[in-house]
Amino acid sequence: MSAELGHFTLILALFVAIVQATLPLIGAQRNYAPWIALSKPTAYCQFALVVISFGCLTHLYITSDFSVLNVVQNSHTAKPMLYKISGVWGNHEGSLLLWVQILSLFGAAVALFGANLPPAFRSRVLAVQAMIAIGFYLFILLTSNPFERVEFPPLNGRDLNPLLQDPGLAFHPPMLYLGYVGFSIAFSFAIAALIEGRVDAAWARWVRPWTLAAWMFLTGGIALGSWWAYYELGWGGWWFWDPVENASFMPWLAGTALLHSAVVVEKRETLKGWTVLLAIIAFSMSLLGTFLVRSGVLTSVHAFATDPARGVFILALLIIVIGGSLALFAWRGPQLKSGGLFQPISREGALLFNNLGMTVATAAVLLGTLYPLFLDAIGGSKVSVGAPFFNAVFIPLMIPMVIAMAIGPFLNWKRGDLIPALSRLKLVFMLAIVGGAATWAMEMDGPFMGVIGIALAVWLGASTLTELAGRIHLFRAGPAETLRRLGRVPRATWGMTLGHFGLALAIAGMTGAGSWKVESIQTMKPGEMVNVGGYEFTFNGAEQSKGPNYDIVTGKFTARKDGKVVTEMLAEKRAYRVRSMPTTEAAIHTMISGDLYAVIGDPEGNEGAYVTRLYFNPLVVWMWIGAIVMVLGGAVSVTDVRHRIGVPHRRRSAATTKPAEA
Amino acid sequence: MKSRILFLAPLLVFAVLVGYFAVGLTMDPRKLPNMLQGKPVPEFTLAALLGRDDKGFKNTDLEGEVTLVNVFGSWCVACRVEHPFLMALKENSLVPIHGIDWREEDKSAGPDWLKKFGDPYTLAGDDPKSRAAIAFGVTGAPETFLVDQKGVVRYKHVGPINQNSWDEIIHPLIKKLREGKGS
Repeated sequence: MSAELGHFTLILALFVAIVQATLPLIGAQRNYAPWIALSKPTAYCQFALVVISFGCLTHLYITSDFSVLNVVQNSHTAKPMLYKISGVWGNHEGSLLLWVQILSLFGAAVALFGANLPPAFRSRVLAVQAMIAIGFYLFILLTSNPFERVEFPPLNGRDLNPLLQDPGLAFHPPMLYLGYVGFSIAFSFAIAALIEGRVDAAWARWVRPWTLAAWMFLTGGIALGSWWAYYELGWGGWWFWDPVENASFMPWLAGTALLHSAVVVEKRETLKGWTVLLAIIAFSMSLLGTFLVRSGVLTSVHAFATDPARGVFILALLIIVIGGSLALFAWRGPQLKSGGLFQPISREGALLFNNLGMTVATAAVLLGTLYPLFLDAIGGSKVSVGAPFFNAVFIPLMIPMVIAMAIGPFLNWKRGDLIPALSRLKLVFMLAIVGGAATWAMEMDGPFMGVIGIALAVWLGASTLTELAGRIHLFRAGPAETLRRLGRVPRATWGMTLGHFGLALAIAGMTGAGSWKVESIQTMKPGEMVNVGGYEFTFNGAEQSKGPNYDIVTGKFTARKDGKVVTEMLAEKRAYRVRSMPTTEAAIHTMISGDLYAVIGDPEGNEGAYVTRLYFNPLVVWMWIGAIVMVLGGAVSVTDVRHRIGVPHRRRSAATTKPAEA
Repeated sequence: MKSRILFLAPLLVFAVLVGYFAVGLTMDPRKLPNMLQGKPVPEFTLAALLGRDDKGFKNTDLEGEVTLVNVFGSWCVACRVEHPFLMALKENSLVPIHGIDWREEDKSAGPDWLKKFGDPYTLAGDDPKSRAAIAFGVTGAPETFLVDQKGVVRYKHVGPINQNSWDEIIHPLIKKLREGKGS
């Protein structure tokens, strides 16, 4: 029953979406209130229907209903409950259902929290959302139906890919999708604004919290994915410039640019067309990310050949959504009037610089990601441009960005002055030099990039703190005055401070792990000791045991520093019975100075010897801490009261919303 | 007016991208532009395949007559498809074919494959590390280069050669090149 009910509600949702995409739009155009008002109930209705549909699929997974193809292919009775549930979205069909679930959730959220939006505008936004949804419903129903039955149900399923049976990855896709789909709101706002031909400060204020929310989830999702790669893949690495990673990174870059340019629209009523374009790009990248990863197109274009229906549908959908919105942009965009002249040395100038950097970075990552696909398409072999290309392009792009990022917040709107801004950064500059020099003194043999990275991290971190200190008159006014000012710092400003400071921490972490990783691969007999990065790892032998749906080999290590025990470590290697695929569970001991990381490999000989991989990853924990701080910054900024200004009397408040005077 | 063009630019960029992909996804892979066309064969020296008595295969071997250089591998399914046609070319002595055995994981894999299905090659070199393949700009296997008497690449064929491509492109080209020798 569940399968048919789920299928049926999904079809119903499609029809509701068709209503939501058309009538409110016509209503808004003709100013016909009953049709405008239709957008809200349809958005709720759509959400409720998809909840039922998604609930049905989840139910099929929990009860291990092997009469459904999707469950057969991705589940197994011996699987722990958490992974039975995460299996729902651990596959192509289910993940698309999750996608529309989140899309309809955001639609319902706009209907619910969009009380401060003019009704006509809101109905246009929801109509655009529904159009996106229609594309996805059709895609699911026509090419990727998760509710398909099998004729002869097997006794048990084929299990989920063991690599995905991990708590980190259970929550990674929903988080990432919240980010991807979150940008659909910014996109819908942009399209609605193009239809109305009006973008103003109020618009930027409406868009910001949605974009921030999407950005937050995406940041969290990327960090979670990278963390998963770090401990699950067992190579001590955390970012591989893998197409799947890039697919989530591109919307992040574009979304970060969008966040910053929306500030310029809000404060200075300029960069409007650009901001709208960024909203379109950010969502386009999200779509590309969803499809390229899920469709398998990125691993090989031959996915098109094996399943032409899906491939052609995806291509058509991308062309309609992206091409259509860009065409609308070309048609209506010139009507967006931008005010004010633009001084290069000013806050908006700095933000524009950020935008340029982020956009070029997005383009570079896009090129690097699609190039192999393109080559493959014209009949070549698998070519991977890989990490060298990305590092060579991306890092030089980011260095001036980070340098400017530290200066930007010190510049005034409209017309900034570089000299006073720089003079306030004198101390910070010296700190950065000292930091770099100290790094160089400690790690003479390391790569010079490490020295630059640490100097940049210090530069950005210290300047962010200096800006905050200046804002609250630290040491200049009395403690009472400072505290009072601290309490008055707007939450959006806290968002910037935390976001930038988090990035500084993350840069320190990436630099440490990227530049001074110590790696040692060897065969160890029980009792043997290896020195890695100043730590002595002793191998205490390995034991075998059984987990719920896998067999375990546990390697025991003791890590010592200068003879004193630092920690005992248990590294696991799991062999999953159904797919007979091994996974590694690295033993990680996290310290402020770096991670001790141990992996157990295959046995060698008869004396209980094993291949072991031991790493010291300096500073790596700061990367995750930095990501958490950045997400926190986003969360604080979302709750800024200014986003909710004029909730009851929106029209009047929008009219009085003036661009900030410098 | 100027700003109109500016606003149109993203759409144009997107259209170009889509165009590339539309062409890329539907295009006949055999019509791949060839960087080497009209240029001398790159320098390369390859060791002989296991069990062959020739002294390996290097670029200077290609001077003197019109030849085909065929990039293959025992791992390559399309090469298996192409193989009987190459054997037929050899049996009819239509043109000497030299082989580059590309990216074998095992030294004996290529020779075993040739032993099993027949060896159409006059000279053959082992290229496990893609040295010659990279110099030739090989994007996949099988790929075949038509080299003239002076060692200049005249044509590159991507994918398996078959009767069709032989009759319509490769054979006419070979004839033309051979006639051109005297003039």
